[in-house]
Amino acid sequence: MTHNAVVVGGNRTPFAKAGGPFAQASNHDLLTAALDGLVARFGLAGERIGEVAAGAVLKHPKDFNLTREAVLSSALSPATPACDLQQACGTGLETTIYIANKIRLGQIESGIAGGVDSTSDAPITVSDPLRRTLLKANSARSAMDRIKPFASVRPSHLKPQAPSVTEPRTGLSMGEHQALTTERWGISREEQDELAAASHHHLAAAWDDGFFDDLVTPYLRVAGDAILRADTSVEKLAKLRPAFGGEHGTMTAGNSTALSDGAATALLASEEWAAAHHMPVLAKVVDAEVAAVDHPGGDDLLLGPVAAAGRMLERQGLTLDDFDLIEIHEAFASTVLTTLKAWDDEDYCRGLGLDGKLGTIDRARLNVTGSSLAVGHPFAATGARIVPTLAKLLHQRGAGSKGLISMCAAGGQGVVAILEAV
Amino acid sequence: MGALEKAFYSPVGKAVSAKAGLKEPPRLRRGRTWPDGPIVLASIGGGDLASRTMRLLGRATEEPVVDEGESAPGYGSRIGALVVDATAATRIDQLEELRALLRPAVRAIERSGRIVVLARPAAGDWEAQAVARALDGINRTVGKELRGGATATLLEVAPDAGPGDLVSTLGFVLQGRSAFVDGQRWHVDAANQAQDPLAERPLDGRTIVVTGAARGIGAAIARTLARDGARIVAIDIPPAGEALAAVANEVGGTALQLDITAADAGLRIASHVAQRGERIHGIVHNAGITRDKMLVNTDAQRWASVLEVNLAAQMRINEVLLDPATAGGIEDGGRVIGIASTSGLAGNKGQTNYAASKAGVAGLVAAMAPDLAARAITVNAVAPGFIETEMTGRIPFVQREVFRRSNSLSQGGRPEDVAETIGYLLDPSSQGVTGQVIRVCGQNLVGA
Repeated sequence: MTHNAVVVGGNRTPFAKAGGPFAQASNHDLLTAALDGLVARFGLAGERIGEVAAGAVLKHPKDFNLTREAVLSSALSPATPACDLQQACGTGLETTIYIANKIRLGQIESGIAGGVDSTSDAPITVSDPLRRTLLKANSARSAMDRIKPFASVRPSHLKPQAPSVTEPRTGLSMGEHQALTTERWGISREEQDELAAASHHHLAAAWDDGFFDDLVTPYLRVAGDAILRADTSVEKLAKLRPAFGGEHGTMTAGNSTALSDGAATALLASEEWAAAHHMPVLAKVVDAEVAAVDHPGGDDLLLGPVAAAGRMLERQGLTLDDFDLIEIHEAFASTVLTTLKAWDDEDYCRGLGLDGKLGTIDRARLNVTGSSLAVGHPFAATGARIVPTLAKLLHQRGAGSKGLISMCAAGGQGVVAILEAV
Repeated sequence: MGALEKAFYSPVGKAVSAKAGLKEPPRLRRGRTWPDGPIVLASIGGGDLASRTMRLLGRATEEPVVDEGESAPGYGSRIGALVVDATAATRIDQLEELRALLRPAVRAIERSGRIVVLARPAAGDWEAQAVARALDGINRTVGKELRGGATATLLEVAPDAGPGDLVSTLGFVLQGRSAFVDGQRWHVDAANQAQDPLAERPLDGRTIVVTGAARGIGAAIARTLARDGARIVAIDIPPAGEALAAVANEVGGTALQLDITAADAGLRIASHVAQRGERIHGIVHNAGITRDKMLVNTDAQRWASVLEVNLAAQMRINEVLLDPATAGGIEDGGRVIGIASTSGLAGNKGQTNYAASKAGVAGLVAAMAPDLAARAITVNAVAPGFIETEMTGRIPFVQREVFRRSNSLSQGGRPEDVAETIGYLLDPSSQGVTGQVIRVCGQNLVGA
């Protein structure tokens, strides 16, 4: 038996710059806060939800059961099961797909998808030599044997290892990878700054309209997205120095996402469950796809979503024109711009095994309430930020409105999904 | 807490202040609790409404001790309450009967005991109307003379009201829920209510909207009404969302982040309720702000914001929710509750704008009540005096200590005291109570 999996609504914390107002909050704290806001919005205190799936990209080993522990700290029934999933920056969308699929199969009737990241709460680990020394000392039988291994410790071994977002197979950071892509596709600085400015302006307008009143719950006295610069402009952004791609690079701190702290959740359910519980129904999850490129072999690291979107649209018999709204995660302004160029590139799309190019889109339909450049990008949370936001926007446009989500992720992967207003 | 405040509350400070005549305030009986000692029942002129209502409440009563002789007789032990049915009292010489009942009772009343007098609204000949007003003077004075947290209440009951109309009121007054209501008088009309006993959870399954619910009195209202069975829709401005969510989750309700001054606030409340397949039994307009300044320093902006939030916004919301065509609006037989303030009733230096808005609320409920009577919707207000909240906690210590002691109970009230009074007004069996302003002020020395 199959069911429609629908987005009921969502809740997230405001997002803030790493080391900012949420510096003392852990992933556990942030995810619990996002869950509690969702529970309050929909009156779920003490309710048993089918399953909660969430994750974090930067996670302490002690947080091996992060989501379940957050559920136990939340107002949900402790009988609500949970699991951790991780799909790099696509985590919040991957958890949505996981929950939606279970609902469609009738395995659960309701579920919460989420994601959280705190670059302030990043796990700091010890070096490999120090770890070996500690293990040896730990397994020693006598006090003398316990002390002996420490003789081999060198000062360099004591340096803590902060996690980095470099690609293990190329040694390049994500920004460095994207700088190569930006140059290869000929994306100009002006285009990137225009996209970044538009993101801030769209987000600011949405906040002013009260659009986020039922999508965000304040946290630690922060009531709105703290990275947002409503008064930024192309002129201001043009003054920033390049951050990636050398001194002639076009990618700056202004047109790249900032390291961020925050958590997001989306409530999904079968249509039957939503009706029985008098819950709003915003949009159904129509389809999803994950794809990967061979970035160690030279492919553009963050263009995984192109093949994913192409295959999904072909399967659904849809074109880009069928979408009222399109959300492309703004890892970097140039990621969005290269994705748009690649969609409209016949050779590139055929090279991915698609029937042809996907075409162009009307930019007025893109990221209409801003995206990661202005909101921030707590890695795993972003997908679960986009899903309820898009679902609400589609619902406002009326039943049948379709939306496309495209998210790039580390490892050359891309996660995409289609929502349709009910 | 400042150094002076710490010293005042230290054991030494307490001993010194006790010597100086500042007694430790009495601990009040609260919640759905009855007096410990017996409830004494008396009637002047043969009225039997009180005895019929006591039977409905299921509480045993005892005969009164009457002061008729030379030496004042006593009860021998503490009594819990004295309920006097004075509904047939219309002559000055009948006031002597009341004195003879009160004298032994006031002496014997336990801590947090209750003196309750039932009377008729002023009517009849000149003497009868003078006597009706005399009872009010007696009630107010007894309230001031009672000690140990005991309170006095005068209930004016319409001639054709029955025990079913009075049961929720008399239950509220006798129970600990009315802990901080003292020296007050209000009306109970005939509403032809079924003769049901006092309900333990009168709001079971009913949807109640509470604005300003994130903290203080609003949060206490949400908690108390949820205890009485209500499904709470907790509303506060979006920046207060974190605390609001915590309250909503605690009471198993829903949170709606909403600025009540928004033009579409009423519709958004209604659609939130309609989405859940419900209608509103009651709305508690608790959200309010202060922008205190002496009148000479009050500009148009300070004036406008207070009147907008405290008065105009709830009128707009009421208009939408009272429209029978609004899905998720207020049901027939519903309840509208405003929050007035003793500052509004008595005036308060530095609060012209606030006093205007809060006295305005008192005027509003009096105006709305008769117009909504046909739909059995009651409209009432509570007027808190000094209540211990985060807000009043910011008043400088000495000033605060003076404020909190300037009432017959020598202490500040708790948020739950306001909440309990609201819960009583929301009770479906309080149908006969409408257009009233009940002060929850411990009989504050100011504010009539």
